[in-house]
Amino acid sequence: MAATESYPGELKYHKEHDWARIEGDEAVLGITWFAQDSLGELVHYEPPNQGDTISKDSPYGEVESVKAVSDVIAPLSGEVVEVNQKVVDEPETVNADPYGDGWLVRIRLTDPTEADALLGVEAYKQVVAES
Amino acid sequence: MRLIFEKSQPGRRGGELPRPDVPPAEVPADLRRSRPPRLPELAEPEILRHFTELSTRNFGIDTGFYPLGSCTMKYNPRVNERLVMLPGFRDLHPYQDEDGSQGALELMWRLQEALIEISGLHACSLQPAAGSQGELTGLMLMRAYFADRGEADQRDTIVTADTAHGTNPASVTMAGYKLAKVETDARGNVDVAHLREMVNERTAGLMLTNPSTLGLFDEHIEEIATIFHEVGALLYYDGANLNAVCGISRPGDMGFDIVHINLHKTFSQPHGGGGPGGGPIVVRETLEPYLPGPAVTKVGDAYRLDHDRPKSIGKVRGYTGPFGVFVRSYAYIRSYGPGLREMSETAVLNANYLLARLKDAYDLPFDRLCMHEFVLSARSLKREHGISALDVAKRLMDYGFHPPTIYFPLVVPEALMIEPTETEAKETLDAFVDAMIAIAREAEDDPEVIKGAPHGRPVRRLDEVKAAKRAVVKYGFEDHVGLAGDPAEPRQLEAQKGA
Amino acid sequence: MSYLSLTERDREEMLAAVGVASVDELFRDIPASVRFGRELDLPPALGEQELTRHLEELAARNVDTAQELSFLGAGIYDHYVPAIVDAVLQRGELLTAYTPYQPEMSQGVLQAIFEYQTAVCELTGMDVSNASGYDGTTVAADACFVAKHATGRAKVVVTEATNPQVRQVVKTYAPGFGLEIVEVPHRGGVTNPADVRRAAADAACVIFQQPNFFGCLEPAPDLAAAANAGGAIAVAHVDLVSLGVLEAPGAYGCGMAIGEGQSAGNYQSFAGPHYGFLAARDEFIRRMPGRIVGETIDTAGERGYVLTLQTREQHIRREKATSNITTNQTLLALAGLVYLSWLGPQGIRELGETCMALGEYAKERLSDAGLELVFPERTTFKEFAVRVGRNAQEAVRSARARGVHPGYALGRDYEGLDDALLIAVTERRSPEDVDRLVDALAAP
Repeated sequence: MAATESYPGELKYHKEHDWARIEGDEAVLGITWFAQDSLGELVHYEPPNQGDTISKDSPYGEVESVKAVSDVIAPLSGEVVEVNQKVVDEPETVNADPYGDGWLVRIRLTDPTEADALLGVEAYKQVVAES
Repeated sequence: MRLIFEKSQPGRRGGELPRPDVPPAEVPADLRRSRPPRLPELAEPEILRHFTELSTRNFGIDTGFYPLGSCTMKYNPRVNERLVMLPGFRDLHPYQDEDGSQGALELMWRLQEALIEISGLHACSLQPAAGSQGELTGLMLMRAYFADRGEADQRDTIVTADTAHGTNPASVTMAGYKLAKVETDARGNVDVAHLREMVNERTAGLMLTNPSTLGLFDEHIEEIATIFHEVGALLYYDGANLNAVCGISRPGDMGFDIVHINLHKTFSQPHGGGGPGGGPIVVRETLEPYLPGPAVTKVGDAYRLDHDRPKSIGKVRGYTGPFGVFVRSYAYIRSYGPGLREMSETAVLNANYLLARLKDAYDLPFDRLCMHEFVLSARSLKREHGISALDVAKRLMDYGFHPPTIYFPLVVPEALMIEPTETEAKETLDAFVDAMIAIAREAEDDPEVIKGAPHGRPVRRLDEVKAAKRAVVKYGFEDHVGLAGDPAEPRQLEAQKGA
Repeated sequence: MSYLSLTERDREEMLAAVGVASVDELFRDIPASVRFGRELDLPPALGEQELTRHLEELAARNVDTAQELSFLGAGIYDHYVPAIVDAVLQRGELLTAYTPYQPEMSQGVLQAIFEYQTAVCELTGMDVSNASGYDGTTVAADACFVAKHATGRAKVVVTEATNPQVRQVVKTYAPGFGLEIVEVPHRGGVTNPADVRRAAADAACVIFQQPNFFGCLEPAPDLAAAANAGGAIAVAHVDLVSLGVLEAPGAYGCGMAIGEGQSAGNYQSFAGPHYGFLAARDEFIRRMPGRIVGETIDTAGERGYVLTLQTREQHIRREKATSNITTNQTLLALAGLVYLSWLGPQGIRELGETCMALGEYAKERLSDAGLELVFPERTTFKEFAVRVGRNAQEAVRSARARGVHPGYALGRDYEGLDDALLIAVTERRSPEDVDRLVDALAAP
């Protein structure tokens, strides 16, 4: 049920254990394998509303396991164009597939150059190693 | 075991009340109940058996040792239960006139006086219903105090320790303050250097438990008090751990301005499966005008409720507080008198004895003498044998003990927080030590028996993920139509939409 | 008297194991300057027998409702508490346990709370109930906190006909919550829905009491509709024992139902400890304060109960928690469950009918004796207001001289009612008791 540890090379990472997949002027956001593993099986996802503006480095939602709750930090700024309803309905999707079906939101980027400040996979693996 | 609703039979009934011979009165049709409530229908003998059976599936202090850290699970004297049922206490209405409630008011006044002496402060309000409500009340007093000094907007931040109970930060939010968190140093004290960085003229106050949730007395408490008082801020003492220091060190003498006292912990209110409690607050003279009203005062030989408190924050609970709790705690204090010091000394001796005997079998994050409780860690057991603090807790049940508090305080990984209290015999402490050591040995020899624990309780480990994902928080009558026996199968039932 | 178990020999062995020479040395981390240098100035210790005598003497200086024929209510009521309640509450396994953090040790309390939650939901018509709040006042403050965060609005409306104790507590909490409190006046003993509609337009919630503080039945469905029309959550403050005859708040559009549980299974006890209840619709479940018990299964597939949705609570969510509550009133809520089980659906309906019928009888007899009802056109439940033709506190004094406490003087809380008493008539009063009340009040 739980995925095995992985950090795809094509993603950009934030040190608070969030990832971004940039697709043109949009990006898909989620939490990393390390984040879901630390929390344990997710039982709730509190998403932002479609149309909300989210800001880089600030929380845009919450994920919960039975005994822990965590803010989800936006790696990039933008307007929420889609919330992953599958994760709202079945939060454990994040545990099973954190980079695929377990994505959290899709946003339209406010400032695509913000991505330059995000971590590449090797730098992020270093963050994980030190956590 | 079946729910009481599953034992219900239409037409059966328990008690009957008088039905006087007077004409019936009508409820207007639009306000009348449209569907009878599905309360259980059982005869009284079956009701009593139901709750007796429930009691056999529960564990209290009366059952055995209950070293739940931070909760002070001490013996609850039975005489107190008898005293609280005296008709003069039990059947007294809160709006009885003062001349008809002199005994109750005197008891409250005497309890206030005792709490003032124990805390080393000046004035007391018994009104808050629990420790966390005492905290919130204390923060409201700070707000009122600073408002009176024209500093309400300036003072917007409360400092709490990273070892604090979750109630501290939650109370800060409810009181409308911002939160700052001070770290713990290598000896388990508040990190004074870190504290100096964050305290300034915007600070309203500090909330601190001393001894801390690590069971350690802060060695720099006077310096800490000075840091806050120098910038005009106040100190709040979370009395959750007062059981360590009665008659030995008083919060007022440590420099605290406001204290709450958990009557249900230090002064032995039965915890009742979650409550009730009592959280009186005691304050310095400068804060007395803001206390919640009415105040219980003594005028000559008479006891009065003083409602004339123009600067009072108002009321935090109905009437004058949970009186039955006051009866029990007053009785407890009177049964010790000045001997409360021996109570605390014994609590601390019991804790240190357990600590001394357990520190080789488990990790000890802060190797100091403890106060009334201490925190061990199962970190090595987890790393070496895959046995977590949770596993240790579950296995203790098989040895006949209630587990300690686990995973708290947050600064200690795999924490096991153990508070024996003063009312335990040495043989009990020894048996607990033997069990803890046996479990540490099992972790090496037979970890599976621990991971499968408990083996001898009415239920095995429960699926909390399932409970949280689709919360079933009441009986699903609609899913058990016509049912009067065991439910066919435990099913996942969603809370039904209201009528 | 003390409750300590160690012998002198135990102490010596234990000190040796710790490696200190004396108990005093255990406290070496406490700086000398903050050590308490004298004995506590408390009265000397009492043995059990002396303690009993001392408290019996104090209790004897109170006038309880068995000594004086009491018609006091105003939020705390003299209903009959059956012996079975006492019997269950003295089971040590329930009485001396704490919060069921470890479910395998606590199935008894957990199942009892689940049953309590079911009973409260059933009576109120709600989807979820917590395991209890402190009392009927603090649950109102809790409801404001839920409503503020659910609606994002910063104003709360409370009707003036709501118990003054409740209103005072809400006002005390409000500044910390960042809430403004607005009161809607009563008109002739009940609240006008049009007044509520105007006030609700930018309010988080509207709290009203049914039956209200005067005992009058509010047009509760209309008040709830008025609140909902303004986008505010309708919060009904109700009396559990009235819900055998009065409609469930969930059936007329309320988002939350709250109240003081004392009337259902707790002694008056000079106001506590009692239990407050807070029940809500599903949509507010994640904003609920306090403990909630949920059903699940164990590793063998057997049904069991656990504390659930704990991420709402202070021990996990800390400064973002839905409340700071931890110790609650579970034992008193358990008393409520036992009581409601003893009554059953038929008993609670009969109880409501009896209280109403006795109230009507009392109103008639008082009117016959020449006293004037304050709100004669209203239907009341269990309690009503009457003018006694002089200062009500004087009337209380003179009636008490005749062994009757006739009720609560309303002038303490409401202007223009200095001559009015609030009289509660529960099933513990007989028609003959009512006749004594009438005689006591009608006397000069």
